[in-house]
Amino acid sequence: MAFAGRRDVPEPPDFGILKRLARDQLIYLLEQLPGKKDLFIEADLMSPLDRIANVSILKQHEVDKLYKVESRPAISASDQFCFLVRPRIKTMRYIADIVNADKMSGRSRKYKIIFSPQKFYACEMVLEEEGVFGDVTCDEWSFYLLPLDEDIISMELPEFFRDYFLEGDHRWINSIARALQLLNSLYGPFGKAYGIGRCAKMSYELWRDLEEESEADGQGRKPEIGNVFFMDRDTDYVTALCSQVVYEGLVDDTFRIKCGSVDFGPDVTSSDKSIKVLLNAQDKVFSQIRNEHFSSVFGFLSQKSRNLQAQYDRRRGMDIKQMKNFVSQELKGLKQEHRLLSLHIGACESIMKKKTKQDFQEMIKAEHSLLEGFDIRESTSFIEEHIDRQVSPIESLRLMCLLSITENGLIPKDYRSLKTQYLQSYGPEHLLTFHNLKRVGLLTEQSAGETLTAVESKVSKLVTDRAAGKITDAFNSLARKSNFRAISKKLGLIPRVDGEYDLKMPRDMAYVFSGAYIPLSCKIIEQVLERRGWLGLEEVVRLLNGNEFSVSGSTSAPG
Amino acid sequence: MEWSLKEDLRDCLVAAAPYGGPIALLKNNARKEKSPGVRPLLEIYSASGLLLASIPWKSGQLVQLGWTASEDLLCIQEDGTILVYNLFCEFKRHFSMGNEVLQNHVLEAKVFHTEYGTGVAILTGAHRFSLTTNIDDLKLRRMPEVPGLQKPPSCWAVLSQDRVTIILLAVGQDLYLLDNTSCSVVTPPGMSPSAGAYLQMAVSFNYRCLALFTDTGYIWMGLATLKEKLCEFNSSIRSPPKQMVWCMRPQSRQRAVVVAWDRQLMVVGNSTEFVLDEDSYLVPELDGVRILSRTSHEFLHEIPEASQEIFKIASMAPGALLLEAQKEYEKESQKADEYLREIKDQKLLPEAVSQCIEAAGYEHEPDTQKSLLRAASFGKCFIDKFPAESFVHMCQDLRVLNAIRDYQIGIPLTFTQYKRLTIEVLLDRLVLRRLYPLAIRICEYLRLSEIQGVSRILAHWACYKVRRQLGGWPSRSLGWGWGRSGWAVVLLEYEPRSGEQVPLLLKMKRSKLALSKAIESGDTDLVYTVVLLLKNELNRGTFFMTLQNQPVALSLYRQRIEGRVGALQNALDEYYKAKNEFAAKATEDQIKLLRLQRHLQEDFDKPYLDLSLHDTVSNLILDGHHKRAEQLYREFKIPDKRYWWLKISALANRGDWEEMEKFSKSKKSPIGYLPFVEISVKHHNRYEAKKYAPRVTPEQRVKAFVLVGDLDQAADAAIEHKNETEMNFVLSKCTASTDAAVAEKLNRARAQLLKK
Repeated sequence: MAFAGRRDVPEPPDFGILKRLARDQLIYLLEQLPGKKDLFIEADLMSPLDRIANVSILKQHEVDKLYKVESRPAISASDQFCFLVRPRIKTMRYIADIVNADKMSGRSRKYKIIFSPQKFYACEMVLEEEGVFGDVTCDEWSFYLLPLDEDIISMELPEFFRDYFLEGDHRWINSIARALQLLNSLYGPFGKAYGIGRCAKMSYELWRDLEEESEADGQGRKPEIGNVFFMDRDTDYVTALCSQVVYEGLVDDTFRIKCGSVDFGPDVTSSDKSIKVLLNAQDKVFSQIRNEHFSSVFGFLSQKSRNLQAQYDRRRGMDIKQMKNFVSQELKGLKQEHRLLSLHIGACESIMKKKTKQDFQEMIKAEHSLLEGFDIRESTSFIEEHIDRQVSPIESLRLMCLLSITENGLIPKDYRSLKTQYLQSYGPEHLLTFHNLKRVGLLTEQSAGETLTAVESKVSKLVTDRAAGKITDAFNSLARKSNFRAISKKLGLIPRVDGEYDLKMPRDMAYVFSGAYIPLSCKIIEQVLERRGWLGLEEVVRLLNGNEFSVSGSTSAPG
Repeated sequence: MEWSLKEDLRDCLVAAAPYGGPIALLKNNARKEKSPGVRPLLEIYSASGLLLASIPWKSGQLVQLGWTASEDLLCIQEDGTILVYNLFCEFKRHFSMGNEVLQNHVLEAKVFHTEYGTGVAILTGAHRFSLTTNIDDLKLRRMPEVPGLQKPPSCWAVLSQDRVTIILLAVGQDLYLLDNTSCSVVTPPGMSPSAGAYLQMAVSFNYRCLALFTDTGYIWMGLATLKEKLCEFNSSIRSPPKQMVWCMRPQSRQRAVVVAWDRQLMVVGNSTEFVLDEDSYLVPELDGVRILSRTSHEFLHEIPEASQEIFKIASMAPGALLLEAQKEYEKESQKADEYLREIKDQKLLPEAVSQCIEAAGYEHEPDTQKSLLRAASFGKCFIDKFPAESFVHMCQDLRVLNAIRDYQIGIPLTFTQYKRLTIEVLLDRLVLRRLYPLAIRICEYLRLSEIQGVSRILAHWACYKVRRQLGGWPSRSLGWGWGRSGWAVVLLEYEPRSGEQVPLLLKMKRSKLALSKAIESGDTDLVYTVVLLLKNELNRGTFFMTLQNQPVALSLYRQRIEGRVGALQNALDEYYKAKNEFAAKATEDQIKLLRLQRHLQEDFDKPYLDLSLHDTVSNLILDGHHKRAEQLYREFKIPDKRYWWLKISALANRGDWEEMEKFSKSKKSPIGYLPFVEISVKHHNRYEAKKYAPRVTPEQRVKAFVLVGDLDQAADAAIEHKNETEMNFVLSKCTASTDAAVAEKLNRARAQLLKK
């Protein structure tokens, strides 16, 4: 969140360094392959790359043509190929196919694979299997962290969730630890580290090990980062499942914010082409409304446009000198602001069109009653109707997950009927979707031990015996227990309100969900920071399945 | 020579291309006696005298013929127009040498080759020179005037020095050098002062040497830079020679000039004389001179060192000994060992082998080649690790050379020329001669890469064939709108293998044609490929229409469905084993649905497959098959609520308001009547919406009336409920101008309510 202008918060450290570092390393890697070369980029690396180095920088370093890594084999006359990829098996096969095809036709080229953020052994093995290991050179682009804004940095690893929480794959933990190492080396030792969740703990411990191994002397530097908080996503699914009602959230819902930028379509720009807009603190208009409840955004924007008009109007009655001053100093800024303002107003209109429909109101109402735990029956039939009318496949699933988590799983009868309805609406292939959701613990059936069939328990025993499946299974059983209701009561996540919740002057964080719910993760952080540790939160920690830790002065050994 | 020329060569205009190239002849180019009836005949022969093509010459008077580096024939006309023909006398293009030439006419012309390409130099009637160094990138240069030049120069030549093209000309006893800007008088060093007037001059193939012939029979030979004399010679023949050309090998120190008179040929340098039986024509080559006459075509060259060493009488060179040793070995004589020992003692065996290999290259007789190579291979056995490449490459090269030297092909290249020309150019030349099979054989034999070799040649062949085909097409079908893919389709018709045809047709987006071709082929895999592709490409309706016309494809597609049912059946069994009843039930339903959809598809000729149950029923209603929809609703136990929602939205989409009304009265709606109102309003049918508003439950009635726009009734309902929020809601919808009465009514009721 942007705190610019708030006096009680220190300026965030300069995260731009991360960008410059990544760019320099990329250039260095590209120069390792001198001469003209074609660059193949993995599709999901394109947006992050765009934030680091634009096409002209690539061209400066003799990148001739750019291709997207996809299944179609590339036709190119270049003598050198450079692949900028994620460490994925599928991509390795793709590269091996290109190399082998060239070999068949007697073409010799140089190939270089740059893995981002790091190389996995499995990738090399695939290359070896395909018989091209000797033909390629591999490098790592340690691009772990992308600063999306002045105060947000992201690893941009969307597959992490699926890999870790669904497949039980731990390979990315190392990347997280390395990213931490990078932060630590750039911004000095962390003041205090807190965390909750299995993955958080593992990452933290691995990072400590790495630090000890490297023996880099980060001591004596002024720590720029005070507290670090590690949290697993599965600690707090609820927040992610609720409909967003602040401006930034709605923009994301409607237009999808990707890598900190958004594509506003023709209906927003009121011209015939789309515009890509960077959404960050630099955008003066956006930074003021991003965290506001949507209901107050429109008023703000119209006020803003009146102010702007007033500033324009000042021109009248200026003498020449003043006018010159105005044109040279203010006009550009005003124009810029004007452009942004009209874009955001367009976006608001577009959002209004979609979200002020009755369906949306009713959905919010259903969500709120789920959070509060009232009228569960009514909400269930609302969801059923939602599915029956084929309103939106993804929204239906979201509501079902929210129901499951707040109620500690669906009662078997509802589970069956909702599932049947869903399959009737959207086809039987979604059996797999339900299976996956169950494994992750997002959509489960209320099941005491006795409802487990004999076979099922046998299978789970088999899995437990095998060392490899151990963790996955442990996860499933842990995640299955969501104790939302108890936690909510303990932490007071549902504000008791008498009368209308004042969204313009909110009393607490609940305003981001129209006063219905305080985001669990934020509440935990608030509590832990207030108490400087987990003391007094034992019950909550137990409900969240433990794995909490807090270390002060992280230069010492972890506790 | 294969040709049977009746005319003397001297009566014809002759031009032969270097590197064993073709010969062009213009017969009856009778300049003086103009007999209008007889047209000159232009003929092109291969170097072996096979007639490649001939045409009667219909254009203007020709002065000179010449060949370009890419074996196009240049016909230089008197008016400075140059016509370009290919090997087969097909006209390619023409260009002009400029106005000046046009006005003054061409007196003489020379075609020359430099690193820039093929150039043409012209001496005009006004005794001025014009030249271009590259006819493909025509830039005309007019050379400066020679001061005081009244009559045409006795001889002249084009020189190329340091990438500059200059002209050397002789007038009487003076030599002039013309470069771009100036004209200078030059004297060759060591020139005898009594030499007399220049009659003839010759420049070597590589422009490095120059020979001058004077009217006293004196021959001066030196560097073309005119800085050094190499040697001089007095031939004591005073008559002007017909031709004079250099005969030398690259890298050789021996230099010789061949001078030809009518019946005499003299090799100056080691001064040998030959008698010529008949009229001959000299063609300078890189490493010698070709001499062609009516009956023969000979090659005069300096014997290369390797051959000399081996074949010199009583030579004791290692190569000669090795050849001898091998011969004795074949005779099973012990002398073989003696010879071999002699070479080995001098440790010269590697030299001997490479000498034999090299000499084989210079031989033209396959037998001699063979015996030399045999000797080399024999000697090779006695050397440890003799690198085999040179031997292998020589064998390959000789095989290629022998193949193209065949008189049917008629490209008499020497080894040296072949190496200079490179294999790629040789292939190009074969392609130019339309000898595609031979070119492909050579590519395959030398294992050249596809792109470089076979496929390139095939592409040329294809282009040639297409051009031929087009010749035969009726002009009407050559419509402009055809575009390239049209042609490709026509051509593909000639592709006999459907397996090759179909993917290409798909690539060209001729999917329907591809489908019928695939069916013709009888290859089911191919049909599947096309069907699946079509399914993605077309919308469902057209897709099934297409399949309808192709029963084979349709039945295959059906089988695929059966295949899917089979797979689902397996899944079902597994689910039962795992006691996952829910999934088993879902799978069972899906099997049932698939089967049903197949029937529906057949009955209604509309796509139903792969739709979800909801969409299937919805589509049925949309198409008006209410009975069938009802049947599915019962069979799959679709919940009432879903069915009602689904049915009314489908009916509204269809605009079947009558059916909707009937349906609403069929029994009590499980979803109430507000959805009826909503959906009618959504389809902008307020009239229909009003029918349902009174049936809405009292709690939702206000909302329903507001939706249909009946504020009066809405107000009444709200007042009846005594509900303040509802009253406010209706009030907010009232506009002052039209609904004043309603607003007043509401305000009054509200006030009353508040009073209580």
